[in-house]
Order: sequence, then C-alpha cells, then structure tokens
Amino acid sequence: MDVALIQRIAPFILEAALKTMQLAAASLAIGLAAAVALVAARMSRQAIWRGLSAAYVSVIRGTPLLVQLFLVFFGGPQLGLNLTPFQAGAITMGLNIGAYMSVGLHGAIIAVEHGQYEAARSLGFGRLDTMRLFILPQAAPLMLRTLGVNTVILTKGTALASTIGVVELTYSAQRFVTSTYKPFEVFAAAGIAYLIIILAIMLGIRGLESLFGTAERGRV
Amino acid sequence: MLDFSVLPPYADLLATGALWTVLITVLAGALSVVLGVLLALVTLYGPKLISLPLRGIAFLFMGTPLLLQLYLLYYGLAQLGVLLPAFWTGVMGLGVHYAVYNADIFRSAIQSVDEGQMEAARSLGFGRTAALRHFIIPQATLTALPQVGNNSIILLKDTAVLSVLGVAELVLNAQRGISATYRPFEFYFAVAVLYYLLNLAMEWALGRAARKAEAIR
Amino acid sequence: MTSAAPMIRLRGIRKSYGSHEVLKGIDLDVDQGRIVSIIGPSGSGKSTLLRSVNMLEEISHGEIWLDGVQVNSALTGRAFETHINRIRQQMGMVFQQFNLFPHLTALENVSIAPMKLKGKSKAEAEALARTLLEKVGLADKGGAYPARLSGGQKQRVAIARALAMQPKAMLFDEATSALDPELVDEVNLVMKQLAAEQMTMIIVTHEMRFAAEVSDHVLFMDGGVVVEQGPPEQVLKAPTQERTRGFLRKHLAQ
Repeated sequence: MDVALIQRIAPFILEAALKTMQLAAASLAIGLAAAVALVAARMSRQAIWRGLSAAYVSVIRGTPLLVQLFLVFFGGPQLGLNLTPFQAGAITMGLNIGAYMSVGLHGAIIAVEHGQYEAARSLGFGRLDTMRLFILPQAAPLMLRTLGVNTVILTKGTALASTIGVVELTYSAQRFVTSTYKPFEVFAAAGIAYLIIILAIMLGIRGLESLFGTAERGRV
Repeated sequence: MLDFSVLPPYADLLATGALWTVLITVLAGALSVVLGVLLALVTLYGPKLISLPLRGIAFLFMGTPLLLQLYLLYYGLAQLGVLLPAFWTGVMGLGVHYAVYNADIFRSAIQSVDEGQMEAARSLGFGRTAALRHFIIPQATLTALPQVGNNSIILLKDTAVLSVLGVAELVLNAQRGISATYRPFEFYFAVAVLYYLLNLAMEWALGRAARKAEAIR
Repeated sequence: MTSAAPMIRLRGIRKSYGSHEVLKGIDLDVDQGRIVSIIGPSGSGKSTLLRSVNMLEEISHGEIWLDGVQVNSALTGRAFETHINRIRQQMGMVFQQFNLFPHLTALENVSIAPMKLKGKSKAEAEALARTLLEKVGLADKGGAYPARLSGGQKQRVAIARALAMQPKAMLFDEATSALDPELVDEVNLVMKQLAAEQMTMIIVTHEMRFAAEVSDHVLFMDGGVVVEQGPPEQVLKAPTQERTRGFLRKHLAQ
C-alpha cells in the first residue's frame, strides 16, 4: 500500500469528487422534474398521457443506462444534438433516474388508502386540492424513502459518465491508474470518496425522514 | 440523416453479442444467487467474528459504483499477477456485486419463514442444517424469488458495463460496427431495442415463475 | 406395574424462564399403548411439558426417558445433536398450527422424513406415504399442496407425516384447537383410530369430552404443577381438588 501516492493524488480526487457531486446534483434536478411530470401524466384522466408515461418508463427501465448515454452522446450529433459530456451525462442520467423515481412516487401515492381520497372528495375538495392537502402529506414519508434510494443509485451511476469523457471520480481514478500503475491504491481512494458522498446522502435523507417522521406519527 | 440500412450486414455481429450478453447474465446471475444464499446463511448463523466484517464489506459494495468495482478487480488482479480474462473478471464482478444485494433479500426471507417449520422438522428428527437445507431455504427461495428476479433484470442491463473492460458482448460488438460505419445512433438504437426485448423476455419468464411460486405458498 | 419400563418416563421436570418457574417438578409414566391427556388453563405449563418430552423445550432439571433411553442425556455438542435427532425420529409430534411444509405436496410432506432420515428409497417412502394418507382418509390428496387443503385435512396430513417415521409414541399439542368446529371430528376420528391400535400417546387438549372418551389417564395441570391426576371418570367427573372443579365448571359453561 503506497500511502504517499494516496496523499499525492488526494487533492485531485477531491476535485473529481466535486465534479461527481455536481453531476449528481444536476441529474437529480432534471430527474425530479421528469419524475413529477411522469407521475402527473400517469395519473391524468386522458388515456394518451397515461399511455405515453407508461411507455416512456418501460423503455427507459428496459434498456441499460450506458447504452442511453452512448445513444445521446455519440448518436446525438447525427440528429444535430451536440452536447458536452457533462450536459449529455446530466440530461441522460436525469431522464433515466426520473423514470425510476416516478414509479416510486406513484407507488407512494397509491399506497395512501383510497378512502382518504373519497373522504376529501365527498367534502367537496377538487382533485388537485385533495392531492395537495391530503394525499401528498400522507405519501411524503414513502416518497422520501424512494427518492433517497434513487439518489444513491443515481450517484453511483454517475461513474458511467466517465465512459463519455466526463472528468469525474472514476475517470480521474482511471487516468491515475494508467500513469501510476497502482490500481489498488487509486481505486481505493476513489472508493472512499464515493463512500463518503453516499454516506452523506444517506444521513441527509435520514435527517429529512425524521422531520417527516413526526408528521407520520401524527397520522390517525 | 438516419440510415438504418447500415445495420443488416452486422446482424450476425449483433446477434452474437446478444448471445454473449445472455450467457454473462446467466452465469453472473447464478453466481449472485448461490453466493447470495451462502452470504445470507453465514451472516445469520455464522460466528460473529466472520459475520460482522462481512456486513461491513457488504456496505463497501453497496456504497461504491459497479464500474469502479470492476476496474479494481480487473486492474487490481493484474497488479497481483493474476491474469484473468476480462470475461471471467466481469462475470465474477457482477456476480459478487449482486450477491451482496441478494444476500439481504435471502436473509429477510429466511427470517420470515415461520418458526413452526423448524420445530416440525426438528420434531421429525432432522438436524438443524438438514432442516435448513430441506425446508427453510426452499421456502425462503420462493419468498425471495420476485425480488431476486428483479435484481437479475437489473443485472442484465448492467452487463453492458463489461464492454468497458473489453468483453465482446452486445455493446462492444456494436462499437465494432460503429467504427466501420461511423453510424453510432443506428447501432446504439438497435442495441437498445435488443436489450429491451431481452428485458421483456426475462420479465415474462420471471413473472411466470413468480406466479407458480405464489400458487404453492 | 409390569416389569417392563414405561414407554415415556418423566422425573422431576422443572423449567424456568429467568426467575419465572413454569414447570415445578413433574413426574409422569406412560406405559406402552397407554393414552394420557393433559388438561389445564392456558399458561398452566401443559404445552411446555409436552414440548419438553422431545426437547423442543430445554428443561432446567429432571430426567426424560423414552423406552429405556434417557432423552436429555449428558452428551454435548455434535454427539448430543445426533442423539436427540435419533430420539425425535422415534416420537411423532403434531402441532396446533399443523406446520406442514408449504413447498411440498401432501405426499412429499409424508415421504420426506423416511427418505432423508431412514434412507428409504423414493418408491418405498412414497408407497408408505400413500398407505398413511389412505389411513387418514386422504388417499386422493397426495398431489395437493398444503395451501389447497382445509385445516382438518392439513392436520390429518401432519399426523400421517409423524406416523411415517413409525414412532414409538405420539405427542399431540392442541391438535384441534386451531380448527373450525365442524372440522374437529375428522381429526379426532384419526386419533381414536390410533388409540385403538395401541399407539402410546400424550395429548394436550382443551376438549374435555374427547379426553374422557379416549384417554386412560388424565392430568390436570395449573401453575406448573400437576394438581390432580387419575382415570378420566375420576378427574373429569368427580374431581377432588377445588382448582380442578373450578376449571371444569368454567370450561363446561362455555
């Protein structure tokens, strides 16, 4: 174990870790927007929206993220879509994780007992108000859980962006391996950086959960 | 702009790639199930001296990207002087990665088997290990089937990552076609369609198996 | 008393959970072919006592003997494991919740123990299993999984499963308590048939009428001790202890 090497590359690993976090954050923002749109379409009264939402989720979940990245980054220019690696990575991974998140969010909503919906509607609340005031607050804890799980999956998935040339953690690590021939030390250092990021996300989610947990305990 | 007529000459190449993808999925999937059961048993019934470190190692697997683990295995083994073909490195890496996830599923499935099952087996004179083997594990397997099946479907899609190590599966074979034609969109689109079909086939087969298991439970 | 040792002999059985003693020194002899019923309120220790006989419950003190062999022997570790497995193969047990193996058909439930534990061939074990299923009136249910059977049918398969090891004695732990009333008789009928065949049995039950009909000897337990015991006509019809009378009054009033 070459400790001096790890010390020498640590600043670069740190920089790359920041890039990984930026990429994950940008993807998450796009993913959340996509997920909300997909859930809304899934619960639409018009069959065409429901069908489109379901088809999108099925195709995205039925194909590998790596292939989606290659299709957008390498195939995009053929359609006049010229994106930087970071843009292609963030957009593709956002649209990808959005599909997974939409399944979890929809599941959390339909897990709320149907009687709640009927009770609110019987009082005269509209569809949107019923959702906003009664269903979503009850679905929140489960939604938070699914968002947390998917954020962890997304963050680990950002490693694939190295294959389209985003200079994030895995890409940097690989470059150091070719220059130092010390794969164990370098990948271990990168692994530790990932573990710290993942742990931070998990702790953050747990913190949010305990916030929402009090809301859940108040449930009748 | 797009010209899908470039594909037919490479149909064989893509089909061969798809076959290798299926083979990798089957091998890595089998490894992930067998190793997953073993891990579950050791962490449940093994000595603390072994089970606690194993839990820690499991977290290392769950908290880092699969690609990084594959790189570490591939280049790390080479550093140690072990020269394993990329194919087997990939199967091993994928198998172990998903074994860690499957172990969690098997563990809770084993714990969910009714205590009366162990008592009934013991009252007939089966030893603890024999009871686990004949009664507890088979039932836990039925319980775990849907979730483990789900993991196998995710594994199918993750086999694409092995192309990065140089394993000639579907994605790498497509890249060979691309370097001859400079038509990445058409090829990756075809690859996506093939994965989608494999995915559908697997979902169908696992759905059937799950329904059969449900009928027994 | 004959010169032969009793089939089951319990001496000074005690069991504690922490400081709470649930069995406070129980003695019992069951001769070959005899049927003993144990009655008593819930929490009296009757199920714990029964489960101690094949050591599903470990006891704190006392001796358990089966056919002249000490069940709770001084062996330890692997040797004890082998010993207790061998002992349990000679004692059948029937549980309140049936505990059939849900992933096996009725026939497989009955045939698996002789196959795996006695080394019988599949054909041999299945022939035996078929005979036993026929004996409990389920000849046509061999291929059915437990999920497809009624409670009464499940319990009859469970009895057949226990009999498949050709045990020297049978232990019944509230075998009909989980059954719908209309299904109780079919299980009782099978148990009576075993009684007629001179099977040695210990039956923990809350069915006084059945206990009166089938047993040679009745134990009334309460608070971890045997309050009263004797022939059923005495214990159930003319009990001498106030606690027994109180229990029977409450029970018959229901």
